[in-house]
Amino acid sequence: MVSVTIDRLSVRLGHRAVVQDVSATLSPGSLIGIIGPNGAGKSTLVRALLGLIPAQGGSVLLDGQPIADIARRIIARTLAYLPQGQTLHWPLSVERLVALGRLPHLGPMSHMSADDMALVLHALDRADVGHLRDRIATELSGGERARAMLARALAVGAPGLIADEPLAALDPGHQLDVMDLLVREARAGGLVITVLHDLTMAGRYCDRLLLMEGGRLVADGAPDAVLTPDRLAAVYGISARIDLTGPSPVIVPLERTAPRRTD
Amino acid sequence: MLTAPLSSSTRHRALVPGLILLAMLAAIVSLAIGAAAIAPARLLAVLAGHGDPVATAILIDLRLPRVIVGLMVGAMLGLAGAALQGYLRNPLAEPSVIGASNAAALGAVGAIYFGLSEWNPLMLPALSIGTGLLALVLLFALAGRSESPLTLILAGIAVSTMAGAGISLALNLSSNPFAAMEITTWLLGSIENRSIDHVWIALPCIVVGAGLLLFDGRALDALSLGEDGAQALGVDLRRTRLRLLLGVGIGVGGAVAVSGSIGFIGLIVPHLVRPLTDRSPSAVLLPSMLAGALLLTLADIAVRLISTQNELKLGVLTAFLGVPVFLIHLLRERRLW
Repeated sequence: MVSVTIDRLSVRLGHRAVVQDVSATLSPGSLIGIIGPNGAGKSTLVRALLGLIPAQGGSVLLDGQPIADIARRIIARTLAYLPQGQTLHWPLSVERLVALGRLPHLGPMSHMSADDMALVLHALDRADVGHLRDRIATELSGGERARAMLARALAVGAPGLIADEPLAALDPGHQLDVMDLLVREARAGGLVITVLHDLTMAGRYCDRLLLMEGGRLVADGAPDAVLTPDRLAAVYGISARIDLTGPSPVIVPLERTAPRRTD
Repeated sequence: MLTAPLSSSTRHRALVPGLILLAMLAAIVSLAIGAAAIAPARLLAVLAGHGDPVATAILIDLRLPRVIVGLMVGAMLGLAGAALQGYLRNPLAEPSVIGASNAAALGAVGAIYFGLSEWNPLMLPALSIGTGLLALVLLFALAGRSESPLTLILAGIAVSTMAGAGISLALNLSSNPFAAMEITTWLLGSIENRSIDHVWIALPCIVVGAGLLLFDGRALDALSLGEDGAQALGVDLRRTRLRLLLGVGIGVGGAVAVSGSIGFIGLIVPHLVRPLTDRSPSAVLLPSMLAGALLLTLADIAVRLISTQNELKLGVLTAFLGVPVFLIHLLRERRLW
């Protein structure tokens, strides 16, 4: 079990304040979604959670300890990370790619054990890429590659999983698979945080949503409390048909109500 | 066919033993070639430890250092190329991109220019290693704390260009045509007439350099996922960069100090071995080291077999060999490097 506490976190990239004064306690057991328009600071927040970029103000605590004081290897074993649009620089096979997930657990000269191999196979299976294991990952379709990358993150076997836009490029069937998988991970006691753009998926699957705008956390709570018509209008500048309580919850964006921001 | 699936890095089962065997064979052939003809029986007798004194002197004192220097320099260049390609995630990387080769050459050129190498022949390699290390300090200062490969390449180009300008200046100002000739000849790259002293100068550098580079295979694999991906897998990028640059700087500095500028080995060798591996950076390291030793030794055999008025320089031959080999691979593997 692992938890992350964010306390008045601010992050600057260059001269721009990308995350400002965000506080939240992220606990295992429920699926936590981070939503917000492009440029709201979602990915930067997530990178700061992992200690990949330093905080200019406030702090991130991983199980009560400042993330900046924790060795990279320990963070790597605790929080698996699937970056947005993950790239792969060499034409590795899917299996080899997924096996990279075991790196935080391997000593410099040791080899993968039978347990490591079992975890890799399990991860391939859970992300539904077992049949692609011998294919070259850089030659797969975008969606297949995204699932292989997810399998790579799952292979870490960490108690925490942070997935930045895991649904991008996936077909509807696999989108449902991935959301089911994230929910199952959370229900099994994992800390699961995911950045999403699909509001229906966010509303249907997440137990808690963090809505960001302009670097600030503007709402934090259950989906039906966060995804209100007023907020969608204020934050996204859209009107939408919202039905989160019916048998098939859905949010359909209808039209723009506010002009695009040009700043 | 690749070996057992799911091991941490896989390559063709026969690759490493095969390369060791071939490098040993090439080294023995290289020992057998020289100005004085030595019958294979006498050669074998020396290798077995009971040869006649003349043959022993020729083989052990004259030819063996050349063979050892060739193996060491080739191994270092091949390994440095493979490690840099992995670290920079760029198939065109080679030791010269971080300025290591040019900077080490500058020290050697300085030693010739100021006549220090005439005063003591070992001043040349010593000064060469010195400037190689100095360039490394400069590189760190220029690249700063940035972890991006692009910053490092730009800083490397700056260091390399500066060292290149220094070499040109020495040629330009050289009042003595013989000194200029000597500098040019040295720059072409050769392992002719090397003594056991050269072996002892280069060996510690190359052992340290190779040790630093072989250690980081895992981090290079993780870097296939980019900087964030690697850090999220527990890689300390600053330490990785420190080890890698020190390894290349010290190792290649030592290699250039005793051989001059021998290009293309570091660039081509990883491309030659990569198709026989799973293409992960760690799987390419050791085979590149062995194949580098093999290729340089073969090239050194070739310069002695091809009869020209002046002995063909090794660096010239590797450049000529390198280009077509590289082009063939480029065309065949345009999609998959």
